[in-house]
Amino acid sequence: MSIRQVSIFIENQPGKLAEVTDFIAKQQISLRALSIADTQEFGIVRIICEDIDKAVAALKAAEYVHTVTEVFAVELADEAGSLAKVLATLATVGIQVEYTYAFLSTKKEGSAYMIFRVDRNDDAIQALNGAGIHTVTQQEIF
Amino acid sequence: MARYYQQDIECASREQIKALQDERLVKQVKHVYDNVPYYRNLMDEKGVKPEDIKSTDDLHKLPFITKADLREAYPTGMLAVPMKDCVEIHSTSGTTGKRVVAFYTQKDLDIWHECCARAIMAVGGDENDVVQVAYGYGLFTGGAGLDGGAHKVGCLTLPMSSGNTDRQIQFMKDLEATILCCTPSYAAYLGESLHEMGLTPDDIKLKAGIFGAEPWTEEMRRSIEKSLGIKAYDIYGLTETSGPGVAYECTAQAGMHINEDHFIAEIIDPDTGEVLPEGSKGELVFTSITKEAFPLLRYRTRDICVLSREKCPCGRTHVKMTKPMGRSDDMMIIRGVNVFPSQIETVLLEQGYTPNYRIEVDRVNNNDTLDVFVELSNEMFSDTVKEIAIKEKELASAIKTMLGISPKVHLVPAKSITRSEGKAVRVIDKRKLHD
Repeated sequence: MSIRQVSIFIENQPGKLAEVTDFIAKQQISLRALSIADTQEFGIVRIICEDIDKAVAALKAAEYVHTVTEVFAVELADEAGSLAKVLATLATVGIQVEYTYAFLSTKKEGSAYMIFRVDRNDDAIQALNGAGIHTVTQQEIF
Repeated sequence: MARYYQQDIECASREQIKALQDERLVKQVKHVYDNVPYYRNLMDEKGVKPEDIKSTDDLHKLPFITKADLREAYPTGMLAVPMKDCVEIHSTSGTTGKRVVAFYTQKDLDIWHECCARAIMAVGGDENDVVQVAYGYGLFTGGAGLDGGAHKVGCLTLPMSSGNTDRQIQFMKDLEATILCCTPSYAAYLGESLHEMGLTPDDIKLKAGIFGAEPWTEEMRRSIEKSLGIKAYDIYGLTETSGPGVAYECTAQAGMHINEDHFIAEIIDPDTGEVLPEGSKGELVFTSITKEAFPLLRYRTRDICVLSREKCPCGRTHVKMTKPMGRSDDMMIIRGVNVFPSQIETVLLEQGYTPNYRIEVDRVNNNDTLDVFVELSNEMFSDTVKEIAIKEKELASAIKTMLGISPKVHLVPAKSITRSEGKAVRVIDKRKLHD
C-alpha cells in the first residue's frame, strides 16, 4: 500500500517553517511525520498527516506551492538488520531511493516507521511484500 | 602632444562643421526619401518633404526612428541601396527573435574605420602601436570596428577576439601590445588575471585602453588603469549607427567627441520628443549624414546624456557627450549585451513558468551578474531538491539561448516576489552605474 505525502515549497528563511506548521494547525490537521530537505535558498517540507484532501484544499486556497507524492512506509522491528533488509530488497530490484525518514508510532509502543520515496513506488511495494516485508496503510499509522 | 587622424576636420571651426552638416543632411534626407519606402511613409505621414529640409535647423521637422521601427523593417526594410552594393553586415546582440541588421557599403566601412582610427589616435596611438583587439569579432561591431580603425592608422593589429584570457595575456606580453580594445569588464578581468599570473604592469608595454559597449563608472576606470598600468578611455557607438567610434574620448578624459562630420546629435525630451536646449540632460538622437547603405534619420538611442561644446584642451572642436547616464526605456546592458526584461518574460512563459519574476543585476569584482527569481507554480513543483535544481538549470539554459548570457535562476515560492500595486517589481539594478 502506498501512502500519500504532502510536500510544500518554502523559502529558507527564519519563521517560514513556523508559518506553514501554524497554518496546518489552524486547519485542525494533525501531523504524524515531517521532514525537510533544504538548500541555501529554499526548503521542501514533507508531511504525513490526517485528512490529506482537506490539507491540500487549504494549501491551495492559501496559494502555497505544494504537491502530493506517493510514498510507502514500512514498520521496522527494533532489532539489528531490519532496515538493511528493506534496503537490500530494494537494491535487488534496482529501485533508486530518493529519500527516507523515520518516525515513531503513537499506537504501537516500540515500533518505528520509515517513509521511503523511490523512483518506482509500486514496484518497490511489490518487491517488499514479496520478501515478506509489510508496507503499512494510511489507516495503520493514524 | 595632441595627435589627429584627420586634423582639418577634427579641429574644424564650428561654422565649417555646420556648413558641412547642412549640405550633407540635405543629401542624406533625399537619399533616404528616394530609397527607403519605410521612412518615406513616416515622412509622408508627418507631411514633410525632402525640400522642407534645407539645413540642420530643419532637422526637428523629421520623424524619429526607433528600435521598434528597425525590428519591423527587418531584415532589409531600411536598406537604401541594392543589397549587391553592400559588402558587410553586422547585427545587434539582443536576440528578441528579430535582430537589427546593419548593412555597409565599402564607403560606409571606410568612414566607420576612419572614425575608429580617430579614436585610436586621440588616445595617443600611431603607426608604431600594437593594437590588441579583444572585442568579439563576428556579427558584433566591436571587433570589426577597432580592427578596421587600427589598420587605417597602420598599427600592427592583434585580432584576438574575446576570451582565452591566458593567450590574451601571453600575446599582450610577447608581442608587446600597447593599446587594448575591449569591453571595460573584460579589461578589468584581464587586469586581475595578469596579477594572478604573477605579472605586473611593468611586465607589459600596454599604455592605453579603448573600452566601450557597456556602461562603466569612473571608479572602474581608475581600477582598470591601476591594474593594467594604462590610461583607460571610453568609446561609444551602436550597431544601428555603424558601431563603436560614433563618439570617443580624447586624452582629456572628459566626455566623448561625436564625429559631427558623419553624425548630427540632438538631445530630446524622451516623453514629448521636443528638442532640448544645449546642455540639457535628455535622450540622445543621432542622424547619420554620410551613410549609403543604412542611413538613419533621427534615431532614438534611448541613452540619456548631456552634450557640451566647451573648448577641449585636445584641440578637437566636435561636440562632446557625457557617458550615458541611464536609459529612457527598460533596456539593461549586461556584460555588453542589451537585455530587455520582456525577453526574459517570454522565456518564462514558453517554459511554463509564471510571469512573476524579479531580475537582479549587480556587479561583483567588475563583472556583471544576472539573477532571475521566478515564482514556482504547483504544476512545476516536484518534491525533490534534485528536480528543482534541474529545472533551475534548464531555465537558465533557455534564458542563455535567448540572451547570449548566463543567468543564475532561483525558483521561489508563490507570492514571495514583492509586488507594488499588484504587479511584481521586475528589475533591481544594484550596479550604481549612474550618479
